[in-house]
Amino acid sequence: MSKILKQDTALERLYNGLIKENPTFVLMLGMCPTLAVTTSAINGLGMGLTTTAVLMLSNLIISCMRKIIPGRVRIPAFIVIIATFVTVIQLLLEAYIPFLNKALGMYIPLIVVNCIILGRAESYASSHKPIASFFDGLGMGLGFSFALTCIGAVREVLGSGSVFGFAIPGFTPIRIFAQAPGAFFVLAALSATQNVLKNRVKKANAKKDELPKGCGQDCAACGVSGCSSHGKFYDEKALDFIELEEEGK
Amino acid sequence: MSEQKKMLKVSSNPHIRSALTTSQIMLAVVIALLPAAGYGIYNFGPRALAVIAVTVASTVLTEFIYGFFMKKTTVTDMSAVVTGLLLALNLPVSLPLWMAALGGVFAILIVKLLFGGLGQNFMNPALAARCFLLISFPKEMADFTTKAVNWAGLSWDAYTGATPLAALKAGESVNVMNMIMGCEGGTIGETSVIAIVAGACLLLLLGVIDLRIPGTYIVSFVIFVGLFGGRGFDPAYLSAQLAGGGLMLGAFFMATDYVTRPITVKGQYIYGIFLGLMTGIFRIFGPGAEGVSYAIIIGNLIVPLIEKMTRPAPFGCKKGGAFHG
Repeated sequence: MSKILKQDTALERLYNGLIKENPTFVLMLGMCPTLAVTTSAINGLGMGLTTTAVLMLSNLIISCMRKIIPGRVRIPAFIVIIATFVTVIQLLLEAYIPFLNKALGMYIPLIVVNCIILGRAESYASSHKPIASFFDGLGMGLGFSFALTCIGAVREVLGSGSVFGFAIPGFTPIRIFAQAPGAFFVLAALSATQNVLKNRVKKANAKKDELPKGCGQDCAACGVSGCSSHGKFYDEKALDFIELEEEGK
Repeated sequence: MSEQKKMLKVSSNPHIRSALTTSQIMLAVVIALLPAAGYGIYNFGPRALAVIAVTVASTVLTEFIYGFFMKKTTVTDMSAVVTGLLLALNLPVSLPLWMAALGGVFAILIVKLLFGGLGQNFMNPALAARCFLLISFPKEMADFTTKAVNWAGLSWDAYTGATPLAALKAGESVNVMNMIMGCEGGTIGETSVIAIVAGACLLLLLGVIDLRIPGTYIVSFVIFVGLFGGRGFDPAYLSAQLAGGGLMLGAFFMATDYVTRPITVKGQYIYGIFLGLMTGIFRIFGPGAEGVSYAIIIGNLIVPLIEKMTRPAPFGCKKGGAFHG
């Protein structure tokens, strides 16, 4: 999948944020809100979307200003930009979605120091073009929202016995999942699950790639043994060629 | 190619030569727990037997199924039976059976197998599962109000609600003799001091455990309670504190768990003292009346630190220095 997509396009950035470098399950960033606010699916979704909004806008602005921010003071400059958007979002939430504002509480101002946002600003937006940075923020934000909603949904079912606020009749909640230890259990289990799924896809892809490439001659007439069983490459020359190509990326 | 595949297996440390195998030690522990379990069944009736059976079945089945998928046979080492039995002895008799089964699965799957199986678990599986259940189902786990009518049809008056420790904390007087015999409220296996000590004596005679950890644990606990309990060294109060709750079961059967205790002798003394202090702090200053489970799993967590602190210097090396072999 990642080979088909061209680097730094909108779609590739979305795929990267949602799946390949999912900020929660793969990069393990932003653990504080991940563990603290995911007591229900709706809280997780709210936290995720709030962060997404800040992430998109801050990435966009930082990328636009990347050439005029001096390298030495870039971190304070990033923080000021991020804090501006967090303040805007917080005021909007207070005005229009007060229940979410109440549920997330302290964690909305703390988005300023969320390491996903500063991380993307530092590692992506400060060195890439605005449109790509905007979609990088969107992809990362959606990946974060997806992860938080999953964790929140599992914790809500097990810990409170409800799905998106609707109680499941006859289910005795296992309270530990509504508390901090349960957040760790669910995060670990879901990270492991996505690793298993990814490994399966990787294995399936590796099998497809096992067919010999490189010499381009007719295999039926080829006298060299072990071409396909030893790997992709036919001889050292071809191997060198491929390695060079990968370094060039 | 085939030679490369032949890997030499090195088991985890400590590497001590012994005629005893893991399954023999585990079998000895199971036998030593039988008096306490038997008394629990006699005391609380057939329902206690059901809890024990469900818990042991769930631990053994979990170990078996995990082994089946991972293509390992670890279920024969009997450790799952010990975990199941210990967990059951730490549960109240009225606990719904599915909760007991869930505790068994948690103990084996999450605490033991996911960390690498027996020898790799950093926490006592049975106690971790008990704490898991305590946090998850606080009401059911604290329900000791089941009317005690044992198989002989006898019931006693002192048995109406709170455990003796809770009564003791509330400042009421308790009958220490009843507590030693086991005629009071509590979990299935913790009530009778006599039955627990009988089992512990068997383990001591067989050399499976020694008195270092239980001894320092109990002595440091008594000193702490004497100093800070508010009633001085009053023998009735101290003996009630000793005989009540899970202290005896914890000191002899759970603090001495081979995997989660320190290896070094000096470390074991430190560990015992730490457990005594923690239990005392939980019982006297904590909101609840009991604290043995939490004290031991916190103790388990600091074991690596204790071992690092007390690592003996190899011959010819400076103390605390690394061995350059």
